[in-house]
Amino acid sequence: MTNRFFFQHYGLTQQDLERYLAAAVSAGGEYADLYFEYLSSTSLMVDESMVKSASQGISAGCGVRVLSDERTGYAYTDDLSPERILHAARTAALIASGPAKEPIVGFREKPARSLYPVTLPSVDAKITAKVELVMRGDAAARAFDPRIKEVRASYADELRNILVIGSDGTFAEDSQPLARMNVSCIAKTDGNSARGSAGGGGRVALDFFFAEKTPEYFAKEAARQAILQLDAREAPAGEMEVVLGPGWPGVLLHEAVGHGLEADFNRKKTSAFAGLIGKRVASEKCTVVDNGTMPWRRGSLNLDDEGQPTQETVLIENGILKGYLSDKLSSRLMGMADTGNGRRESYEHIPMPRMTNTYLLAGNDDPQDIIRSVKRGIYAVNFGGGQVDITNGKFVFSASEAYLIEDGVITAPIKGATLIGNGPDVLTRVSMVGNDLQLDEGVGTCGKDGQAVPVGVGIPTIKVDRLTVGGTAKRDMGGFMQ
Amino acid sequence: MSNPTLETRNLKLGTDLKELAADVVGRAMTGGATAAECVVREGDEFSTVVRLGQVETLKESGSRAIGVRVFFGKRSASTYSSDFSRAALDRMLTSALELAKITSEDPNAGIPEFSQLGSIPGDLDLYYEDVYSLPGEERINYARLAEKTALDYDPRIKNSEGGSFDAATGYKVLANSHGFVGEFRRSYCSVAVAPIAQDEKGAMQRDYWYSVARSLARLESPEGVGKVAAERTLRRLGARRVKTAHLPVVLDPLVANSILDHIFEGVNGDSVYRGASFLAGKLGQKIAGDNVTVIDDGTMPGGFGTSPFDGEGVPTRRTIVIENGVLKSYLLNTYTARKLGLQTTANASRGLAGTPGIGPGNYFLQPGTKPPKELIAGIPEGLYVTEFLGHGVNLVTGDYSRGASGLWISGGELTYPVEEITVAGNLKEMFFNISDIASDLEFRGAVACPTLRIDGLTVGGE
Repeated sequence: MTNRFFFQHYGLTQQDLERYLAAAVSAGGEYADLYFEYLSSTSLMVDESMVKSASQGISAGCGVRVLSDERTGYAYTDDLSPERILHAARTAALIASGPAKEPIVGFREKPARSLYPVTLPSVDAKITAKVELVMRGDAAARAFDPRIKEVRASYADELRNILVIGSDGTFAEDSQPLARMNVSCIAKTDGNSARGSAGGGGRVALDFFFAEKTPEYFAKEAARQAILQLDAREAPAGEMEVVLGPGWPGVLLHEAVGHGLEADFNRKKTSAFAGLIGKRVASEKCTVVDNGTMPWRRGSLNLDDEGQPTQETVLIENGILKGYLSDKLSSRLMGMADTGNGRRESYEHIPMPRMTNTYLLAGNDDPQDIIRSVKRGIYAVNFGGGQVDITNGKFVFSASEAYLIEDGVITAPIKGATLIGNGPDVLTRVSMVGNDLQLDEGVGTCGKDGQAVPVGVGIPTIKVDRLTVGGTAKRDMGGFMQ
Repeated sequence: MSNPTLETRNLKLGTDLKELAADVVGRAMTGGATAAECVVREGDEFSTVVRLGQVETLKESGSRAIGVRVFFGKRSASTYSSDFSRAALDRMLTSALELAKITSEDPNAGIPEFSQLGSIPGDLDLYYEDVYSLPGEERINYARLAEKTALDYDPRIKNSEGGSFDAATGYKVLANSHGFVGEFRRSYCSVAVAPIAQDEKGAMQRDYWYSVARSLARLESPEGVGKVAAERTLRRLGARRVKTAHLPVVLDPLVANSILDHIFEGVNGDSVYRGASFLAGKLGQKIAGDNVTVIDDGTMPGGFGTSPFDGEGVPTRRTIVIENGVLKSYLLNTYTARKLGLQTTANASRGLAGTPGIGPGNYFLQPGTKPPKELIAGIPEGLYVTEFLGHGVNLVTGDYSRGASGLWISGGELTYPVEEITVAGNLKEMFFNISDIASDLEFRGAVACPTLRIDGLTVGGE
């Protein structure tokens, strides 16, 4: 068995774990599990070229869950003493009302996997190196252009040790590093301001930010966006052709189809995608997967928060809906495989189906040809966040860097605008798919039911024949020819 | 990272948390800090969701955490822990003192002056034990009844994301090296339901309604909540798209809150001193129409944004933010006030870690005199927004573009539902274009706004 963090540091024994599980199933129920978590984190922020904020912290606890039919009982404690864990287990047990289940004896350990084999987790690395990163980010953004007036550079990392034990004999341990750097800045001229931001990271060690994606890389990108936005024109309004650039614009998939394909919504038939398996929901050029097994990625996990190994799951294949993202509860109730997508924010939260890294596979089109094929439309390459109403399928995502395309040529930058569409049919309007698949830099955090988890997205350049753009321009597209 | 030890097992419930916070501050000072501040939070929660008449989840728990911020002159750092053992608290303090050495000297860093500290006296009507007074089965019944009322309301309501009942209490202690030690307790309960309606073509719509109160006695009936939720959901069925146009837009109170949020972010001292807000430097200037008055008041008894002192131990107060369209005050904590050469408005918000942020008290827009129906009656054609989607707001420039759905206004009345549209403009102009304000101000949280009419926006559709 692997590192035994909780055995070593909290004196837990196998007998303790068996006892806790026995208490959890003392009133019956189909399944019970305990999730132990020990999270240490660091964060640093530089503003006005000063390190103004530095913090570190530790949060530890245990969540106990009992499943009985469709019911979930849940209790947690931030005190890992046997009395408090037993109390939580007995509280969660109250969801069921039958005779006690057979006691659990012995566990089966999940096979070890190593998608993020860091030797020195960044939380344990020297703080001075992290200070260097944020100071370099600040300096590089300011050096980019004298119009860059305000810069904030931040760095945050964490190490999450987890242990999941289940009444089916599950015994799963993982140690999950996560690090992220971000630079945001404001460019100012007389009477005009604009903002830009960039960041990235993953389940990486600190040297990633020295060797691969440096503070200068993020700083230049943030500064470039801010300077560009100084000259942005009003965005057009109404339906038009939209070309999405590669990488982070994959947030389209996350909002338009990803959430709607989470198994809980489909089990409850509250998703606009319910009952559409085997049906066409996208053009033939679209194949969408969720893949939790990509090394070093922000959205990846060796094991999900129910102890199940993550996998690559095909959601849409050549336009046909193939499957949902599932956790233990939904897979049992729906009679389908557990795809290893049961995730939670912390020991205080009940796990549910969540995305990992969600992306559209590359096609055959040359990105240049895609741009050239557009008579009048927009080319959006960077986005803020997005949101979806999974029941009616309507989703939005907000472009932060976009350009007009006029007669097949990218012309002027435009102001940020929200794009809105309908999840179950937006991908049917994808007429071209580029050969340039990229994943995002590692900045995504997804919220669902008040729980935040890190995720990744990716997409090649694609063309959507019709999408509504929420600009302010008073005239139609022709008005932009001036 | 140093490791936890077996000593973590010696937690004693009933430890005096005020004493503990003062002790942590004292030990930080003994350790060489020139100033220190400690926050302790303790809370418990109960929640249940009933879906299609069956209990779906039951959750019950309590937790606590402690955080410390230390200063060495003008340098500062913060640490936190969920583990209250002596060993863990020692480690938290040692880390904070070490960490402060690597931060920069910031001339404006520090806790408030001694003379600024305090706690507003009297009972603020924030804590009621009755939120937990219902037996378990009764709590479940609240959730069940809210959902059942919605499901029974109309045959088109065929599904639900569930009815819920939540209760929580929280206790907070703040202590600092000026000798300030303050505490307060707050309670909360809520009942909510999110029904799903389906039309004859199978298209689904979801909406929700809720009631929240500090005392169970003040919570609206689950039946009342279920009925409103059903009506709000049904009126969305059969939604159409519309053509791109420039029309008057009316925001229902729930979505009008978001306009107040944007004003809040715009006058937030942190955005102001960095020039990251289009309202920076506008103090004393006209930023909205004569009819716009915005107030932040952390002292209102029973309010959802009420507390006796802010996140730094400064007594809360009432601040006029905008008066008849003129920007009267930013909202500030100690740091941002010093940066701007002003006084704190007692809006410091303190999490466990990091430097204090800025948060609202009870923050609202003064209502007008017209009932909302009358406000709508004056509009021949327009959009009534009941939901915004996404976050397309840029506070540096004021650029505004959001997804929306709602109801079409025709001949002064609400007619058919509309969806998949965008609403866009610029906040600088929008604040001046609030052409009508209704009388329906109601607090359903710390932020409240009556129905608003805004002109000059672009409605994007087909």
